[in-house]
Amino acid sequence: MTRATFVAFLSHWWRNKLQLAMLLAGLALATALWSGVQALNTEARAAYATAEALLSEDGAAQLEHPSGQMAQDRFVELRRAGWLVSPVLEGRADLGETRVTLIGIEPLTAPPGAGPALAAQDLEGFVAGTGFAHPQTLREIGTSALDLRPSNAVPVGSVLVDIGTAQRLLETDRISHLTVNPDQPAGLRPLNEVAPDLRRIPPGEGAELGGLTESFHLNLTAFGLLSFAVGLFIVHSAVGLAFEQRRGMFRTLRALGLPLRVLTLALVAEMLVFALIAGAAGLVLGHVLASLLMPDVALTLRGLYGAPVPGALQFNPQWALAGLGMTLAGTAIAGGQALWRLWHLPVLAPARPRAWAQASRRGLRVQAGIALALGLVALILALRPEGGLVAGFALLAAALLAAALAVPVLLSAMLSVAERRARGPLAQWFWADSRQNLPRLSLALMALMLALAANIGVGTMVASFRATFIDWLDLRLVAEVNVLPANAEEAARLEPFLAARTDAVLPMLRIDATLEGQPGQVYAMKDHATFRDNWPLIAPVPQVWDRLAAGEGVLVNEQLYRRAGLDPGADRLALPGQDPLPVLGAYPDYGNPLAQAVIALPRFQDAYPGAPVRQFALRTDNPQALIAALQDEFGLSAAQITDQAQAKELSMAIFERTFVITRALNVLTLSVAALALFAALVTLAGMRLTQLAPLWALGLTPRHLAGLELARALVLGALTLLLALPVGLMLAQVLLAVINVQAFGWRLPLQVFPGDWARLALWAGLAVLAAASLPALRLWRDGPAQLLRGFAHER
Amino acid sequence: MNARAMVITLASLLLGAPYPGTAQGFAGLGTDAEGFAVPQRGTPLAFPKDHGAHPDYRIEWWYLTATLDGAGGQEYGVQWTLFRSALAPSEAEGWDSPQVWMGHAGLTTAEAHFSAERFARGGTGQAGGTIDPFVAHIDDWHMISRAAEGADAYDALRAHARGADFSFDLDFDAEGPLVKHGDDGYSMKSAEGQASYYYSQPFYRVTGTLHLPDGPVEVTGQGWLDREWSSQPLAEDQAGWDWVSLSFDDGHRMMGFQLRGTQTFTAGTWITPSGDPTPLPDGALRFTPLAHTQIDARRVPTSWRIEWPEGELDIETEPLNPRAWMDLSISYWEGPLRFSGSHSGRGYLEMTGY
Repeated sequence: MTRATFVAFLSHWWRNKLQLAMLLAGLALATALWSGVQALNTEARAAYATAEALLSEDGAAQLEHPSGQMAQDRFVELRRAGWLVSPVLEGRADLGETRVTLIGIEPLTAPPGAGPALAAQDLEGFVAGTGFAHPQTLREIGTSALDLRPSNAVPVGSVLVDIGTAQRLLETDRISHLTVNPDQPAGLRPLNEVAPDLRRIPPGEGAELGGLTESFHLNLTAFGLLSFAVGLFIVHSAVGLAFEQRRGMFRTLRALGLPLRVLTLALVAEMLVFALIAGAAGLVLGHVLASLLMPDVALTLRGLYGAPVPGALQFNPQWALAGLGMTLAGTAIAGGQALWRLWHLPVLAPARPRAWAQASRRGLRVQAGIALALGLVALILALRPEGGLVAGFALLAAALLAAALAVPVLLSAMLSVAERRARGPLAQWFWADSRQNLPRLSLALMALMLALAANIGVGTMVASFRATFIDWLDLRLVAEVNVLPANAEEAARLEPFLAARTDAVLPMLRIDATLEGQPGQVYAMKDHATFRDNWPLIAPVPQVWDRLAAGEGVLVNEQLYRRAGLDPGADRLALPGQDPLPVLGAYPDYGNPLAQAVIALPRFQDAYPGAPVRQFALRTDNPQALIAALQDEFGLSAAQITDQAQAKELSMAIFERTFVITRALNVLTLSVAALALFAALVTLAGMRLTQLAPLWALGLTPRHLAGLELARALVLGALTLLLALPVGLMLAQVLLAVINVQAFGWRLPLQVFPGDWARLALWAGLAVLAAASLPALRLWRDGPAQLLRGFAHER
Repeated sequence: MNARAMVITLASLLLGAPYPGTAQGFAGLGTDAEGFAVPQRGTPLAFPKDHGAHPDYRIEWWYLTATLDGAGGQEYGVQWTLFRSALAPSEAEGWDSPQVWMGHAGLTTAEAHFSAERFARGGTGQAGGTIDPFVAHIDDWHMISRAAEGADAYDALRAHARGADFSFDLDFDAEGPLVKHGDDGYSMKSAEGQASYYYSQPFYRVTGTLHLPDGPVEVTGQGWLDREWSSQPLAEDQAGWDWVSLSFDDGHRMMGFQLRGTQTFTAGTWITPSGDPTPLPDGALRFTPLAHTQIDARRVPTSWRIEWPEGELDIETEPLNPRAWMDLSISYWEGPLRFSGSHSGRGYLEMTGY
């Protein structure tokens, strides 16, 4: 009996190979997209952990001076007070073919960590100048004067060297900060007495990569989930259809005495096998996908957050198991309905393969009700936007699900209207038949609508951002030349030279600080028309520039303004070592993960006398001559000088990278949706023969019928796109006004780009045509023979 | 001698590798002296110059030990050591300095043994040994001269060290002269000719405070300072040593050691209460283990019979705490003892290479 059941089950798939392929492809794709995204996230997070473990294995606190560096004597001074601290010097330096972050450590005093362990392998060599770098970094460097060895313990883009080597290469005798050994002897004088000017940063807060990049990863995860959901639509439609087609067989098997339990087990086993096969294939596909995307993800993370993520992917069983788990869960959800129906199958009732279509009117009402409820939830979430990033995504999920559920309801309504207005029997039949078949197609259409809406939404968001960003860059990057002095002495030498040769020298001074509990920086701003004329401000107080120049207050970046909810004119901001200053306004600061505050240059120099000049922004009519003079007379390297064009190019490159992954996933989601539609149309075509046969018998040619089928697919696709448009705009609005604000800290105006929609409509039309053409082609080609069978099958 | 735990290759040191007797000797002490100055017989020691560091020699140490008594009759032992080890025979400013410093501190009670270590590179001011005024230090650990102007810097010292759960502040006041070991300070370490410069101040009266987890303890007792520097103190086959400094109840002092190798090499100095030394040549002393203590995987002889037949000396030593293991990057046994037999008194025992 078991064998007979097995053969009966198999025979169905044998006869419907395309359906089987769809089912497996849907499952594999869903798994691939989900596990691929998980692989990217896992890899990136592992890279952050590597970066944090380099200096200390369980996270050591750091001591920093507000100026971002300190004299080496501070190290000796604290050691002689008994504190177990170790000096670290970090800085950017040209090495071989690339620019790297040098991390200089002192291996004898460093707390246990991956870096000191590396150094200890050959301490004499390390102290004499041997360094360590990630294999990828080594390739990027090529050849250099340093003796470098490969190690995966060093973050990508960094080179671990002895502190003496770092000082030599960075041409300084200072250090960046001190790591504080977690185990200190008892009875020491407290740090705030020994070194009151040094700021203690608790473990994990200095390298906030995990926190800063969380929004990026949540973004990826949301896209992975969306793709997974779309993939499940395919599975659901394939499983559901297979059930409908085998309804007769199930009834026969039950009538022959097969217990319901065995039948259920057989169905479960069947789906489990499919899930495992497709899941395994999906994992392989996911790994390939992630490997292809990893370089872009790495660039994005490095560009946006400075996060050291390698461009190559390593296999990690964690995401593989998670991916397979999701596949099994997804299959259970997709197949659950089929099982439920199996249990409620009336053994002796006549076969009614179309019964589900008839009963769908009530189902539509329920669906409309759920859509309405979800819409309400979305509305409530939208009205309380302070719920954080997760709430933002919950809002998105609720809104999208509500819209998706509403699709069949709205389409049905639209088709009824069309049916009533139709003239002639064929047209009337066309609309009525479309509506009749809607329930079977509705899942695929919902998937298509979601994909289209996501495409419109994300496209609009990116385009809006780009438009705003370019305007902002033009205003922000007005300085013709930027110069990075290697150290404080060079800055001091450069300043008089620059003052004589340029229209304006705008020195950039900065200290690191905690602002409203967030990691941030305080900048100095010289009072100059460059800023007064060009900096767009959000909610400025009257005479904002005069008041800033007089040292009466502080400007904050939009990130800080929104996250801390600061109200210019009413609120004050506490800066290190100063009384809280009134907030005068906020400025957009796209692409910066950190909180930022700006005060007038004289006030800054009073408060933080040790802070070195990090950069000079220069106004000049003849940038090329100035650059040449700087190179000739000061021997500045090309890396120390950037002109305006280079700066813009760099900023735009970072911007483009930000959304590479988003776009890639977007295209993939749309492809999966097209596949879902294809799956639904193919399976539907087989079932509809009995309905088309009478039309053929009445005199319509197969070619005409095939044309009608294509037209129907196009009409449904067009109507879906029409529905997707407002949903997509809503999505864009949520992304711009809620998700972006939560994730990045900036809010952007929504701009509409109808040209993009036209392009999308074209692509969507092609996708729908491609999906519908195979069933239509079959109908046309196999015509009469196929249609005759419609009468032969007495179903 | 005071051929103490020493560093040559800091790499192996940081890896925390164990140091069983190997062909290279304890802690690499058996390596050659290439490029470094080598002790020469007949070169007189010069003070105060030789109280400070000798960067052209490979290794050097300042080594204080003290046997102490609390007011309630409890006994204690204290060790304060600063090691210098050079990767090259030179000195330079900043991180280019090839000098590496290591501090060890120990505090022994009958029930417990505390130890701590510190590391530093030369050139930055984190550690060093300077003459005028005399300061030997690493981090906040220090040994500073309190001597009156014109007096020898080692006549009066103050020593401080601090570990995770202990610290001490002790004053050392000399009640006798400096004592040179071997041939006027030239101390032989093997039959093949390895040697070091070695002198001591064995006549300290000690007062001060120990800080233990249970609270501070005022202590008094006797102390001993060793100064030694060399570039190649061990022969290749010598795996470790057993060393004692003894203070006799009648005022005599004695230093003695055996270097364990294919041929055991012994040496020592008999010191009268007025500070006159008599060197004890190879073979004059006999060391016999009497009882062993199992410390993790090591079997350490913590009780010894020491004989000097010519001087009619035959004593047995008993440690205050047989588990006085210095569980540090370089590990060894070091702790206070009492001895009895033909003579009685107190002293310090160090054993390496187990």
